[in-house]
Amino acid sequence: MSETTRNTSTRSRVLVVDDDAALAEMLSIVLRNEGYEPIWCAYGDKAVAIFRESRPDLILLDLMLPGRDGVDVCREIRLESGVPIIMLTAKTDTIDVVEGLEAGADDYVSKPFKAKELVARIKTRLRRMPVPEDTELETLQIGDLAISVDGHSVKRQGVPIQLTPLEFDLLLALARRPWQVFSREVLLEQVWGYRHAADTRLVNVHVQRLRSKIERDPEHPEIVVTVRGIGYKAGETVRA
Amino acid sequence: MPGPRQPSAVSVGAGASASELLQAGAWPEQPWWRVPADLWWRSLPLRVVASVFGASVLVLVLGGFLLMQQATTGVMEGKSETVRNEARQAVDDAQTQLNSAAVTGEVNVDERLYELANRFVVRNGGTERFEVVLLSRGQTITAGDVDPASVPSGLATQVEQSNDLLVTSTEVRYRDGEPPVAGMVAGATLTVPASGRYQIYLIFPLTQEVATLKVLRNAVITTGVMVVILLTFIAALVARQVVTPVRAARQAAESLASGNLHDRMQVRGSDDLARLATSMNYMATELEKQIGTLEDLSAVQQRFVSDVSHELRTPLTTVRMAAEVLHDARADFDPIAARSAELLQAELDRFEALLTDLLEISRFDAGAAALALEEVDLRDVVNRVVAAATALADRNNTVISVHAPEPARAQVDSRRIERILRNLLVNAIEHSEGQPIDVLVESDEHAVAIAVRDHGVGFEASQARQVFHRFWRADPARARMVGGTGLGLSIAMEDANLHGGWLTAWGRPGQGAQFRLTLPRTSGTVLETSPLPLVPRDHVLTPPPVADEVPVVAAEPAPLAVSAAAPQTRSTVGAE
Repeated sequence: MSETTRNTSTRSRVLVVDDDAALAEMLSIVLRNEGYEPIWCAYGDKAVAIFRESRPDLILLDLMLPGRDGVDVCREIRLESGVPIIMLTAKTDTIDVVEGLEAGADDYVSKPFKAKELVARIKTRLRRMPVPEDTELETLQIGDLAISVDGHSVKRQGVPIQLTPLEFDLLLALARRPWQVFSREVLLEQVWGYRHAADTRLVNVHVQRLRSKIERDPEHPEIVVTVRGIGYKAGETVRA
Repeated sequence: MPGPRQPSAVSVGAGASASELLQAGAWPEQPWWRVPADLWWRSLPLRVVASVFGASVLVLVLGGFLLMQQATTGVMEGKSETVRNEARQAVDDAQTQLNSAAVTGEVNVDERLYELANRFVVRNGGTERFEVVLLSRGQTITAGDVDPASVPSGLATQVEQSNDLLVTSTEVRYRDGEPPVAGMVAGATLTVPASGRYQIYLIFPLTQEVATLKVLRNAVITTGVMVVILLTFIAALVARQVVTPVRAARQAAESLASGNLHDRMQVRGSDDLARLATSMNYMATELEKQIGTLEDLSAVQQRFVSDVSHELRTPLTTVRMAAEVLHDARADFDPIAARSAELLQAELDRFEALLTDLLEISRFDAGAAALALEEVDLRDVVNRVVAAATALADRNNTVISVHAPEPARAQVDSRRIERILRNLLVNAIEHSEGQPIDVLVESDEHAVAIAVRDHGVGFEASQARQVFHRFWRADPARARMVGGTGLGLSIAMEDANLHGGWLTAWGRPGQGAQFRLTLPRTSGTVLETSPLPLVPRDHVLTPPPVADEVPVVAAEPAPLAVSAAAPQTRSTVGAE
């Protein structure tokens, strides 16, 4: 019964997976203040179950958890959902961050972060949730893929390809301007919403993940093409 | 006033010559004639074998020489005795015969003598074969093939004057062309009644003795050569036996030094060399254990840093967010609580900066810092950092100007370089006292250099190294205005070292300071010079007005202090 009431409410639900009670409570206060509905889970091994039960709009996931590693949890949730995941990490070392991103996290925030910083990240990840105003059916072509902008779907010769919202955004950003070469910084701003220069590893890892889903041969990408020393661009359009 | 410019030139020259010396020591240019000497000193077996060879040749030559001399003396003495006896008997015989014969007249005597001589030769039945030469007045009677010239003239004179039997050695020559041989000659006088004295010489060729000595000599030489060869061979064998384990030990040590801690030597038997091997292995095991312990410690340290990082950061996040909430709501508080909320917020920023710096330092200490290299134009990095620092500079009424005439591309970790420059700039702004700050970027073939020059309070020349010490303050009484953590320059130094670069400081009280960062263009290159001088150029161009007014004696120490401090700073920083 609570399921239905929650669904009707316009408040986005945020699942906070963190073992630190004080931080979780503080996060809840801040989130509630910003108009989100927080759900708290303190244990790694229960996170997936709570996720399935509550179906949140976004997950804040700590990497160091009792019971089960955050990266593990992230990987499992990613198997069944494209829900935005933001990692809360105290580790800024390359391997930890990259490991989390490769497990499917969309973004990460390093502790200690400012509340505003976190809220900005959450907003960026949730911004496309409202239905766009113009209901005009827009379809874009990139490589041999057809992108339905409104339907948030990507098809190759009629066969749909499952992408997370972030991956879709990334692909869409490239497909909208196929003549433009996007630097990693520009992509960070357009897709992740960073206004200042940030960690370009985010872009690298997610381009790899995107390629593994949409490219026929991820080793020789044809849809998301690397432009050496600059960034990425959309590949030549192929009319199927 | 060229004084202050010298030190950098001097230090550069010294650095270059030092590196040349080092190179010369490591790879000497070898003239061809030094090669044998080099080989001699490098090969222990060669030295051992050569020494044994030389010594045994010397010993055997001396020994053989002595042996031969003694043998010759012995043989000759024996022969001499025999010759004497034989000759005496023969002469007595002849005298008896001459006496007993009733002799009258010249012809008769000659006949007798001739007959006598022939009888000697024919008889020859004694132990020794000999030839006879008889000299009578004016004529020579010879029996056998011997040439009368074989009798030395000295002996003839002596025999003429004495009645004894005289023996001496001579060279026996033959009339029929046979080669001369060594021999002995005995001379005596025969008295023929009524006819006078006749000289008789008995010549003994030493053919057999010479042959014997020859055989002996050959035997000595053959034996000697063989002994020398065998001794050399044995020496080589022994040297090899000793050197092989030593070489194995050397290889094992080299292998250990190059990091193969699992390598061990083979232990055979229980002699000294086996003990050497055992000791080497023991050393290796201990070394491996120690290094393992250190590695474990380092790993523990890194884990600890990582854990502390997590453990501290989580509560700090909570505190920080709580402070933000309080800060945002301070309008509703009474003035005391509101000010407290502001202070809490501000100090949390400092706390966080300090924590970040501490963790960074411990990462350096744990050796966990790694470079993420990419080739960038350092001018972009400089411009970015300067742009970010402009707000702070404005608040301190300082103007930062960048002088970067040409591209300065280098392989660097731009995040770290940005941090170095940020630290240098913040430091410069903090100490600038409102005077303008200059940032210079220059490059040459091998290196790029960035200098941050301020004209603020400066520091003593002797403090040029201390400024990089952790939590060091130029003047403990002076409050921090900008509120750095006290670790900024230490981290900058670590970052510079990680790049194989130099970070050097120059300062004078009241004349400001200059921090110079020099980086190799390609990672891994060893820096030798910097495109920018350590001492600021403007310092040379506009000397402090004080120098002209103070007496000469007082003005002198300033440049001296510069020259003393500059190379010192440079060498220590560059060497690290």
